[in-house]
Amino acid sequence: MSIAGRATAKRRWGRFLLDLRAHRTARRAWGGAAGMVLVLLLNGCFRAEPPADVVIVNGNEPESLDPQIVTGVSEMRITKALFDGLIRLDPTNAAPMPGLAERWEVSADGKIYTFHLRTNAVWSTGDPITSADVEWSWFRALDPATASDYAGQLFGIRNAENWYNGEVTNRAAVGFRAVDAHTFQVELNVPLAFFLELCAFPTLAVLPRRTIEAHGDRWLHARPLPTSGAFTLEAWRVNDKVRLRRNPRYWDVAHTASEIVDVLPVSSPNTALNLYATGAADIVWDKDLVPAELMDALVGRPDFHNFTYLGTYFYRFNVTEPPLNDARVRRAFALATDKTRLIGKLTRGIGRPASHFVPDGVAHYSSPPGLGYDPEAARAALAAAGFPGGSGFPRLTYTFFAASGGANLHGKIAVELQQMWREVLGVEIELRQIERKVFYASQSKLDYQISTSSWIGDYNDANTFLDLFRGASGNNRTGWKNARYDALVAAANAETDPTRRAGLFRQAETILIAEEVPIVPVYFYLGYNYYDDRKIGGLWPNILDEHPIQFIFKRRSPHPPSASGRPEKRVGRAATRS
Amino acid sequence: MYFLKRILWLIPLLLVVSGVCFALLRLTPGSPFDRERRPASPEIERQIAAKYHLDEPVWKQYGRFLRDLLRGDFGPSLKYRNHTVNDLIRQGLPVSMSLGALAFCLALGIGLPVGCYTALRRGRWGDYVGSLYALLMVCVPVFVLAPLLVMFLAVRWHWFPVALWGSVRHAVLPVLALGLFYSGRVARLMREGLLNTMHAEFIKTARAKGLSETAVLLRHGLRPALLPVVSYAGPMLADLLTGSFVVETIFQIPGLGAAFLNGFLNRDYSLVLGLVMLYAVLLVFLNLAVDFIYTLLDPRVKYE
Repeated sequence: MSIAGRATAKRRWGRFLLDLRAHRTARRAWGGAAGMVLVLLLNGCFRAEPPADVVIVNGNEPESLDPQIVTGVSEMRITKALFDGLIRLDPTNAAPMPGLAERWEVSADGKIYTFHLRTNAVWSTGDPITSADVEWSWFRALDPATASDYAGQLFGIRNAENWYNGEVTNRAAVGFRAVDAHTFQVELNVPLAFFLELCAFPTLAVLPRRTIEAHGDRWLHARPLPTSGAFTLEAWRVNDKVRLRRNPRYWDVAHTASEIVDVLPVSSPNTALNLYATGAADIVWDKDLVPAELMDALVGRPDFHNFTYLGTYFYRFNVTEPPLNDARVRRAFALATDKTRLIGKLTRGIGRPASHFVPDGVAHYSSPPGLGYDPEAARAALAAAGFPGGSGFPRLTYTFFAASGGANLHGKIAVELQQMWREVLGVEIELRQIERKVFYASQSKLDYQISTSSWIGDYNDANTFLDLFRGASGNNRTGWKNARYDALVAAANAETDPTRRAGLFRQAETILIAEEVPIVPVYFYLGYNYYDDRKIGGLWPNILDEHPIQFIFKRRSPHPPSASGRPEKRVGRAATRS
Repeated sequence: MYFLKRILWLIPLLLVVSGVCFALLRLTPGSPFDRERRPASPEIERQIAAKYHLDEPVWKQYGRFLRDLLRGDFGPSLKYRNHTVNDLIRQGLPVSMSLGALAFCLALGIGLPVGCYTALRRGRWGDYVGSLYALLMVCVPVFVLAPLLVMFLAVRWHWFPVALWGSVRHAVLPVLALGLFYSGRVARLMREGLLNTMHAEFIKTARAKGLSETAVLLRHGLRPALLPVVSYAGPMLADLLTGSFVVETIFQIPGLGAAFLNGFLNRDYSLVLGLVMLYAVLLVFLNLAVDFIYTLLDPRVKYE
């Protein structure tokens, strides 16, 4: 550029700036915009926090952290870190172990439990935890004003249901009471074999009476918030994070392995994987947070832990309308379902083929064999029902909803089922995809013919599955009622001998999956956690996917898990039973 | 006077919006408490519905909603049962607003210069490159752009965090993802606006007076050329400030955009109503602001 040219450019630039200055409106607008940005930045939308020791990606934003309100696994994992019950679950195998109760006695008929509370258990604020707290908490779960979804977990206790319904108004008639400050007694209707597991369930946790009475539904925002568990709730910002801090007054604080744990609500599987891959998160522990498209590639990785999980994918029939009111037709559909092929067509990581409803691996029980894939028998059953080769069979619909995460697993399964039924039975099934809430509403109203379904067990016992299809169960949703089935389930729960109990359950399940077939099991879920064993310790795979946050820690220097004796020893002590 | 009248109109408008929204929500099948698992007894279901007054006649529920609205209370969230809707807005709005404001600045900061440049260089290389940029930004949807940004800038090169919210570095990718799209729109509007104005008679007059091209542009061309951008910027800012579902979900940002859609999917009646009210008020005020800026930019515009 020549000197003259540069001078011209300089002059032009000068005039430009002058012109710009002359424009007051423009100047004001720019000033305003710049000011706004500055204010926003200075306003402290961003906060500086110390980093957490362990960061866990946990699934959706918790609906609540009130143990008596929560219904989802991801919420319960947080509430269990905050509020203990009489019993806790062993982190290695999810078996019941002492919680606030250090020991207990069970009467010979299995109906009366006497719990002895620890004398050294205190709230995080320092007040002692007494059996009066337990009594108050359980009555709160049974108070209709609490509106607890899981109030029914207490209905095995004498008069608890009648109290809830208002049929019993005398508190003393309800079968649990504080005998003295550290003795708590429970009387059951029948000797529930899984009652100790129930005592570890969040609905039966011990909650801070005074805080709740003072703050109502917003009590979790009160500070200080007294907690009875291993952690206190340092922060809870919706869709951002839940921050837990070690409760120094917890009776078992010696085994609390981390000071600060962040629990992140992440609903997108890809985001979860990215956070994990870049080291922003240490653990991802929700099977729905595995990107479906990457499942096959991820399953082989060493930091990708999968294990048998207490859940079953199945489909329901609405048995109130022909032709599905005929058990032979339902059996034909079941026999025409090739589960092995179905899983092969989807992804091998999804689960294992199921021919019975209660998952393998459940405690003290093994299921009867159900109906396998048998095209000949399927066609014969359909012919016996009056539809040889599918002729004259009405067009039915199979209803499903789009699963979250965008992979549309339910849709893929529906297409496979449709094809199998067409090939084997010669029947044509229409597929109907509806929105999730609409789906649950229509399933409850029996506004469907065949529909996708799944169930995750609440506790490690066959009853959490078989109870579903009692005629009176709200989750039955098939219209199927069978007096013999109901009687068998009731008899099993009244039985104290484990072998006889399992036998009764087995008879009931046979009716369910082989004779009457209101449902057809498709596959058992696999649970998924991803974390690097060399960096993270204190997690053990187990059938309930139960991983108390208390025991989880980050290894200071990465080394293989076998080389570190510390965590194993810790839990070994914690797991000592009375 | 005009502006006062517009603000007073807000009251009947909000009534109509809330009424329609309320009716639509209740007409949608499925309720907040239709879930995969039902409580053990129908009595429990009845009690839960009673707690949130869902067992009352709908007109009574609407009356209750309006009464609370007068006190500025949107009621308890039906999904997030330890939070009120006000809690959720108080936590989410500042986040969505800072993200939105930054994206807004980015959109204008890129869009306006690119628009001007391409208009002034019409038919030359600069125009093609700038217009291609604008076209690309408008065409590539956020749910493609955002994962691409994450993949390269965060996962591969580790320049920025992949997601979450908490520092200025966390804000960069979501602001880019959100702002770039709007910058394309702004650039195109700006280009059209400026091209149209530069052919107007008064520009010819200005040039005839012997003004420099810069002065013509700044003193006479720019103001009317900005009008299309300004009328678009109002609703755009309302959109940005209330959050974007896609960006907030991909980057796991605790704003209102994700809350809005999830609120609907969960049939969280009170949350959705609260957010719709918020959006309506914002939209009305930002449109007012647009009208006001019009009077500044265009001397022909007068409001009675």
